[in-house]
Amino acid sequence: MAYLELQNLHRDFGTVKALDGIEIRLDQGEFLSLLGPSGCGKTTALRLVAGFDRPDAGAIVVDGKDITGVSPSKRDMGMVFQAYSLFPNMTAQQNVEFGLKVRGKSKTDRRTRVGELLELVGLGHAGDRYPHQLSGGMQQRVALARALAIEPRVLLLDEPLSALDAKVRVQLREEIRRIQLELGITTLYVTHDQEEALSISDHVAVMYGGKIEQMGSPAEMYSMPATPFVAEFIGTMNRLDSTVLDGGNGAVEHAGVTLTVEAARGRARGDRVLILVRPETVDLAPANGDGAANSFIGEVITQTFLGPVTRLKVVGGGASLIADVSTAKAATLPVGMRVVARLPAEGARLLELKDGPRPELHEEPAPAGR
Amino acid sequence: MRPKRRIALSAAVWLVLGVAYFLIPLLATFLFSLRSIQTGKCCSLAAYHFVLHNGDFWHTLKVSFLLALETIAISLLLFVPSIYLVHLKLPRLRPVIAFFALIPFVVPPIVLVVGLLNIYRGTPSWFYDKPSGFLAAGYVILAFPYMFFSLDAGFRSIDVHTLTEASQSLGARWPTTLFKVILPNIRTAALAGSFLALAIVLGEFTIANLAQFHTFPIFLEYVNETQPYGAAALTGISFAITWAAMLSLLFIGRKRAAGSGSVIAGVR
Repeated sequence: MAYLELQNLHRDFGTVKALDGIEIRLDQGEFLSLLGPSGCGKTTALRLVAGFDRPDAGAIVVDGKDITGVSPSKRDMGMVFQAYSLFPNMTAQQNVEFGLKVRGKSKTDRRTRVGELLELVGLGHAGDRYPHQLSGGMQQRVALARALAIEPRVLLLDEPLSALDAKVRVQLREEIRRIQLELGITTLYVTHDQEEALSISDHVAVMYGGKIEQMGSPAEMYSMPATPFVAEFIGTMNRLDSTVLDGGNGAVEHAGVTLTVEAARGRARGDRVLILVRPETVDLAPANGDGAANSFIGEVITQTFLGPVTRLKVVGGGASLIADVSTAKAATLPVGMRVVARLPAEGARLLELKDGPRPELHEEPAPAGR
Repeated sequence: MRPKRRIALSAAVWLVLGVAYFLIPLLATFLFSLRSIQTGKCCSLAAYHFVLHNGDFWHTLKVSFLLALETIAISLLLFVPSIYLVHLKLPRLRPVIAFFALIPFVVPPIVLVVGLLNIYRGTPSWFYDKPSGFLAAGYVILAFPYMFFSLDAGFRSIDVHTLTEASQSLGARWPTTLFKVILPNIRTAALAGSFLALAIVLGEFTIANLAQFHTFPIFLEYVNETQPYGAAALTGISFAITWAAMLSLLFIGRKRAAGSGSVIAGVR
């Protein structure tokens, strides 16, 4: 039996369905990230688990007990908030001690536990400082220690790193994971940052429109997206609306070009499918002649420097592709050059194309054309 | 080396004018209070002697102080949880309450007291005939706008939602959250409202006079009619009391700021 279960949770705000029947099962000690764009319902789900809000329907079960109607003060959920939530009138030490004091722990026990936790988050030296004397990263560490002090049944983190600068964010997320593994605490983490979710979680659940689009391990989510939304939300994906030409050999047609895709084998001729290709699997080379099989010929429109790789946009013959190549190689493929973009036959994913509007997705990074 | 900071001449002139505007009447009152009751010439402490050795002075001062404390206590007990609840759960009610809080400014005290006398007529004599009953009820109404706007500013300066939820998630119930987490962070605002209430009660004349209660302002008026130098001394003493209250607010506020930082820490 799962340790934490969210059973068919529904929550409406007026006409908006914030949660539309989400189901989550998490074993003890596991780390699940709820990932999605703003307004997808991830924070609502977390607040329902914390008890700050009540579902319209469904149940929340922890360790076999239904806690849906239990008040937040009796749930034993440690929560770290997006906003700096330390009590301004208390020192770091007093903040961490607060939950223990409420629980009537002895002074000796409190002091020992507070000392241990402040050491755990690397702030053993800053116990007597007030929140305004701590940096944002330090405040969130204290907030983490405070949440852990009560030995919560589930640790809830609501975008705890979003207000921090990039370097501190990376450092702190690694520490959160280290502490979570060290204590073996079941953790629910809300974020809109896919890199954050993929790097620290056992499982990732991508949410959109109040529903869970897909839940799985970070590797599964990246390499086997189940829906077009997940495909594009996690990482960057080329989406090629295609028609199956021959299910026997996996031939599909996109923008007048015939491609062979293993995943299309067995499909009926005429089926509309979506071929998903990661930019890093697209091979680019200068165009010499008519091009090879499984490839488009196009012109490099933009180059975007992303550090170790450079992202090139290639447009030609009605097709548009994004390819990530090493920065050194990108120097040999300048903007305006005609190139051959070769697609992998085996690495591409295929999804059945359904009618209806596509979800709004995040923007691509603004190209820095050369 | 740091350049010397110079104050512009125009700024200095305005500063002197501003200080003079406040200090000259006070100085004049003080000098007037030093005149001899018999000869009318300077300098004698007879007026202060008269005031400080007058049994009515201490009696009315005590009545007014107790009234002020009662007003402050009732106001805080009534308004802190109410405004907390409004900020937390019913933010749409805030403009409505702000509107009601303006009513004591709009309705003159003389109208208010007539209304209060009618409303409370028939209530038990321990309430209707006692300053701690009738007058305190009236003064809570008079103090409402000052208390509301002070507390409202205090609640706005903190992230009420996050602090409350953080406290609850740690196992605290409502009273603990209110008294241990919220109240300490709006202490300066509560003190500001309290001292404004104190100043109102120590200076309120109309309601006490028409309701026939013997309070400090009534005594002040009586002395003013009979002992002009004593009235000036009394004015100085009441100023000193008010200043002492204000300075204590400043002192506590500074001590708080030095100890735990700005009350807005923790803002979302």
